[in-house]
Amino acid sequence: MSYTLYDKLWNQHEVTQRADNTYLLYIDRHLIHEVTSPQAFEGLKLAGRKPWRISANIATPDHNVPTTDRSKGLEGIYDEVAKLQVVTLDDNCKEHDILQFDIHDRRQGIVHVVGPEQGLTLPGMTIVCGDSHTSTHGALATLSMGIGTSEVEHVLATQCLKTSKLKNMRVTISGELQHGVTPKDVTLAVIGQIGTAGGTGYAIEYSGSVIENMTIEGRMTVCNMAIEAGARAGLVAYDKTTEDYIKNRPFAPSGNKWLEAIDQWKDLASDEGSYFDKEIIIDGSSIAPQVTWGTSPEMVIDIDGLIPEPTSDSIKHALDYMNLESGKRIKDIRLDQIFIGSCTNSRIEDLREAAKILEGKKISSTIKRAIVVPGSGLVSKQAIEEGLDEIFIQSGFEWRAPGCSMCLAMNPDQLGDGEHCASTSNRNFEGRQGYGGRTHLVSPATAAASAIEGSFVDVREFIS
Amino acid sequence: MKNTSTFHIGQAVPLERDNIDTDQIIPKQFLKSIKKSGFGQNLFDAWRYEDEGFPGQDVSLRKINKDFILNQKKFLDSDILISKKNFGCGSSREHAVWSLLDYGFKVVIAESFADIFYNNCFNNGLLPIVLDSKEIDQLLDLADQRQQIEIDLENQIIFSVDSEIAHFDIDPFRKKCILEGLDEIGLSLTHSEQIKEFEKNRILDSPWIFIDEKENG
Repeated sequence: MSYTLYDKLWNQHEVTQRADNTYLLYIDRHLIHEVTSPQAFEGLKLAGRKPWRISANIATPDHNVPTTDRSKGLEGIYDEVAKLQVVTLDDNCKEHDILQFDIHDRRQGIVHVVGPEQGLTLPGMTIVCGDSHTSTHGALATLSMGIGTSEVEHVLATQCLKTSKLKNMRVTISGELQHGVTPKDVTLAVIGQIGTAGGTGYAIEYSGSVIENMTIEGRMTVCNMAIEAGARAGLVAYDKTTEDYIKNRPFAPSGNKWLEAIDQWKDLASDEGSYFDKEIIIDGSSIAPQVTWGTSPEMVIDIDGLIPEPTSDSIKHALDYMNLESGKRIKDIRLDQIFIGSCTNSRIEDLREAAKILEGKKISSTIKRAIVVPGSGLVSKQAIEEGLDEIFIQSGFEWRAPGCSMCLAMNPDQLGDGEHCASTSNRNFEGRQGYGGRTHLVSPATAAASAIEGSFVDVREFIS
Repeated sequence: MKNTSTFHIGQAVPLERDNIDTDQIIPKQFLKSIKKSGFGQNLFDAWRYEDEGFPGQDVSLRKINKDFILNQKKFLDSDILISKKNFGCGSSREHAVWSLLDYGFKVVIAESFADIFYNNCFNNGLLPIVLDSKEIDQLLDLADQRQQIEIDLENQIIFSVDSEIAHFDIDPFRKKCILEGLDEIGLSLTHSEQIKEFEKNRILDSPWIFIDEKENG
C-alpha cells in the first residue's frame, strides 16, 4: 500500500474515531497568539478544565504589538483594548505555566516565523494554531492547520483536534524558475490557476523540481498561502534541505535523539504511486512575477498583464473598490505605500531579496511611506548583523520591530483611504490593510523594485 | 406551518457575491475584544456604515450606508443570510461567526463555504447550509418578496409558505450538535483513556517532540 505524505501524517496521529464518525487527531504542537486565544482560555476556566499537556503550547504576541518603539514594552501599546488583549495572553500563560516569548523577549515575533526558527516546528508533527496561516509549517513536512477559537479550546482541553480527513491534492511545479521569479510568485500563480476555493477540502502537497530546489523559507512562503487557495494544509516532503534547516535549532533534538529523528523523518514523503484526488501541473519556467489587481488573491495577473474586463459582479465590485480601469496596464498604477513583512515574507531571505535590489538606490519621492517589518526579533538581529537595516534605511524605508503589522493592520501601521500599496503579505481583502486601502500582493523583490520606480516594475528587467 | 421539526422560520437577506471574506464580515479593528459578544453592531462594518468604524463607538451616531442591503428597510428584520460561493474565506477568526449570531442571524445559506468558517459555525450553533445555485435563486426570489422561509433541520428540508424548496445535506452528528447543543469537549474527553494511551506511545516513538529547551541543552 502506498501512502501520500498527508496520509502518513494522519495515520501517525489518529487517536480514535468518535461515535459521530469524526476523528480525534493528536496534536503535537499548539501555537498561541493574543487575538484568538482569550475566549478559549475563558471557556476552559468556565468549564473547570485544565490544559491537557502544558509543554505542547507555545505563545507569542504578534498581531497587536507596535512596530515602532518597543522599549516601553506593554506601555508602548496606546490602544487600551489592544493592550488588554496582550496582557490577557501574558496572564493566561502565567496562570498555566505556558512558555511565552513575550513582548520583551528577543525571540518574540510572528508566530509562524518563530515556530520554525526555534525548532519548535519539527517534521512529522501535527501543529495547530488559531490562525489560518498555520499552513506555513507544512513546509517542514508537518500536518499544520489553522483552527477557530472553539477548536483552540478543544485542543487545550484534550490535546486533540476533532476533524475529518481531507482529500489529497498534488501541485507539481516542474522545470526551473526564471531569474527574479520567487516563491511568492509561485504561490500566487497557483492560486491564480486553481482559485481561492480550488483547494477547499484538500491538503495540498507541493512538489516538483521547483519545490525541490527551493529553500525552506521559500517553501514556507508557498505553504503559507495554501489557505488562500482554500486548503487548510499545505505540505512539502522532507529532504536534506529540511534536515539542514532544522539542525542545531534551539528546540530541535540533538545527539542520539537527532540521529533517531532524522532516521524517522526520511520516510516523510509521498510513496511512489500514491493516489491523489486531484493533480495540478504547472511549468515553473512559465511563471512571471505576479501582482494582484483586485480584492481576492485569485485576482492576480502577470506583471506585464492588463487589468481585466468586468465580466462578473465580483470583478466589477473589485474594480470599483480598487479604482481601476479595465484594459490599463498593472504597471501604470501609482503606488503610495510599500510594506515588506508578514508571515508570508518577513524572513531573512525575504529581507535579503529586497535589500539586494535596494542597495545603493533610493525609493521614489512619490512613495509616502515604505516600511520593512522583520518576522521576529532574531530575524531582525540577523539582518542588522548583515547590515540590511542600513540598506533599507538608506534607500528610504523605515526599519521596524517584529510583528504582523500592516498585513492586517490591527496595530497603528495602516493604509490611508484610497492608497495603493505594494505588499508582501497574503490577503488583498477590502480594508484589510486600512480603511479604504488598496492592497496589491507581490514578492519582496517586486515590492523593492516597485518602491524605487513608484509603480510596479518587472523585476526580471530590473535586475538584468 | 410551524411544526415540531422546524429549526427556524424567518426572512432572508441576499448578499449576492462570491468570496465574502472574514475581514468583510468583521473588520480586524474589532478583534481586539477578549469577549465573544457585542460584535453584531460591527458586522459588515465597512459596508454598513459610511465612515470608518472603531471599537467602543456609539454606532447610533454613525451615518449608515443606505444602499447596503442589510440597511434597506425591507430587509431589516432578516435572520437568514444568503450568499454565493466560498462564503467565510480568509482568516480563522471565530469572531466572524460570533458577529453573525450577535446580529441575529440563525442560518447562512451559500453555494459553498470556506473550511474553517464552516467548522466555526457548528461550534457556535450557527447553521450553514449548502445549496446549488438554482435553489439559491429560488430563495432569493422568496427573500425579495419578503416571504417566510422555514428550515426543517430534522428532515433537512427548506420550505416556502406553500411548498418544498430544497433538500440539504448535513453531517448527522453535526445536526445533532446543533439541535441538542452538545458539549464537544466533554464528548472528546470520554476518550481520555485512548488519548493517554496514544500519547504514551508517541513519547516512546518520537521523544524529541516532548523535549524542552533545557533538557536539550
